[in-house]
Amino acid sequence: MSVDSVSETITAPVEVANPRDEQIVFLLMTLALIVAPLFAYPFFLMQALCFALFACAFNLLVGYVGLLSFGHAMFLGSAGYFSAHIAKVWGWPPELAIIAAAIGAGVIGVVTGALAIRRQGIYFSMITLALSQMIYFFCLQAPFTHGEDGIQAVPQGKMLGFIDLSHQMTLYYVVLAIFLFGFLAIHRIINSPFGEILKAIRENEPRAISLGYKTDRYKLAAFVLSATLVGLAGATKAIVAQNASLTDVHWSMSGEVVLMTLVGGLGTVFGPVVGAFVIVAMQNYLAGFGQWVTVIQGVIFVACVLAFRRGIVGEIAHMFKRSL
Amino acid sequence: MIPLLGISTQALFGQLLLGLINGAFYALLSLGLAVIFGMLNIINFAHGALYMVGAFCAYFLLNLLGLNYWFALIISPLVVGALGMIIERTMLQRLAGLDHLYGLLLTFGLALIIQGVFQNYFGSSGLPYAIPRELAGGTNLGFMFLPNYRSWVIIFSLIVCLATWFMIEKTRLGAYLRAATENPALVRAFGINVPRMVTLTYGFGVALAALAGVLAAPINQVRPLMGADFIIVVFAVVVIGGMGSILGSIVTGFLLGLIEGLTKVFYPEASNTVVFVIMAIVLLVKPAGLFGRTA
Repeated sequence: MSVDSVSETITAPVEVANPRDEQIVFLLMTLALIVAPLFAYPFFLMQALCFALFACAFNLLVGYVGLLSFGHAMFLGSAGYFSAHIAKVWGWPPELAIIAAAIGAGVIGVVTGALAIRRQGIYFSMITLALSQMIYFFCLQAPFTHGEDGIQAVPQGKMLGFIDLSHQMTLYYVVLAIFLFGFLAIHRIINSPFGEILKAIRENEPRAISLGYKTDRYKLAAFVLSATLVGLAGATKAIVAQNASLTDVHWSMSGEVVLMTLVGGLGTVFGPVVGAFVIVAMQNYLAGFGQWVTVIQGVIFVACVLAFRRGIVGEIAHMFKRSL
Repeated sequence: MIPLLGISTQALFGQLLLGLINGAFYALLSLGLAVIFGMLNIINFAHGALYMVGAFCAYFLLNLLGLNYWFALIISPLVVGALGMIIERTMLQRLAGLDHLYGLLLTFGLALIIQGVFQNYFGSSGLPYAIPRELAGGTNLGFMFLPNYRSWVIIFSLIVCLATWFMIEKTRLGAYLRAATENPALVRAFGINVPRMVTLTYGFGVALAALAGVLAAPINQVRPLMGADFIIVVFAVVVIGGMGSILGSIVTGFLLGLIEGLTKVFYPEASNTVVFVIMAIVLLVKPAGLFGRTA
């Protein structure tokens, strides 16, 4: 497969990132999200924020290491089950439930990542998909997940003992804080020396190996970080929605996060956030159309791949010759 | 009836037979995936959806046009093959020179579209498709009852698999195909129309999926999502076998079907996941797959 070495990689941000652009856009985004509940239904916003963090964490892997995982639903879904179970059955406070669940997803990430990074490209996608299907069947059969019913009526409780999460606006700002924490963590990761090595692996792995980097370790570390942050999103989502169900572990959820990131812009900093809001909004407005939503998602996939590969944010950045 | 390890031979052979049949489908589908991957370097995510379209095609032929199973066995792969060639010409061809992952994303989108449309009109329940009259009934082998249709599926798919292997490995056309896989530019320089060959290859690969769909229709019923979960198992089969060898895909397909059947007898809880577990073990021991070449 060395003949076509000139092929365009899945993400190729040519422009050099300008930290000031990113700071301005980040401030605008934060301001918009702070005032957003005045204009939109908070539950919708919280859902979108969880998906946005999910997509950002997924993008960390595909956008900066070039590994397209088709099984990220396994981290979202299992973290959801963990946090729901811990909060409901063990009665832990929400912050501990969320942290424990994110760590749990990270542990699953260590095992699945160690297997998946043994192959590259298309095989990597197929392996992550197969492993997540395995987790799906596990969740279907394990007693603590309650099979088709899922874990219902998860208590929201009081965060740190005094922040009452059953109050919707309080819950919204807690979710926003978790999202911003995850977003900044990812930003920190991709702009660290570690992140630079990840990008080097994406661009030319044999070269990175020849420079003495143990690329497998870097890839595994990125995989585990991505899984943990997805777990953070999934755990928060379970507390917000007060349930954990099989939908979040199903392969179609893995497809959805790919779609969100693709629509927003693969390998862009803000793209996954925009993509997540667009797709979640679309699903809310089109909920009455039943299975046509799936068809529409498929059409968007095809359209994006054929004509709109940079995604929304990628196109805007390209227009202004900036990197966002 | 002699009980073996507390399990009646009847149940054991019954499950082994079911396993072999599933193995036949795994083999046909992974063979198609391997052929397509060889030429186009993409993994065809729409393979499961087109397998389902093949089965629906047989259903429509019977109920709308009154054409029976034997016509479906020929017409359905042709129709789906033609559909595949249109897909290749209008969409996949535009992705030449891009990262191969875009092919995966595009075909995933196509799978969502096809499955979504069928789900809209047919829901999620199964439509019955009768076993053709000529193959109804069965043979009593003494230790078990062997339905004729099931033995037909196994023998016929084995013949199709071996014919495909023969065509690719032993004929002149196959030689062109293998040469174009190695170095398309050079083969074009010899005056062979490689883009047309790519289109035909994709058509052939999905026609195999449609054939599997027709074979599956009387056994598994015709359902819009019949290929959705199935294709993920086939992906695992492909990872286990490695896509390097045609014969390898066939052997791996049948073998994993058998193993799955055995698991259903001895430890039913794991029957859904056994293929994935084997995939994990193979990745640890021999990452390139049982028959794969290291990239």
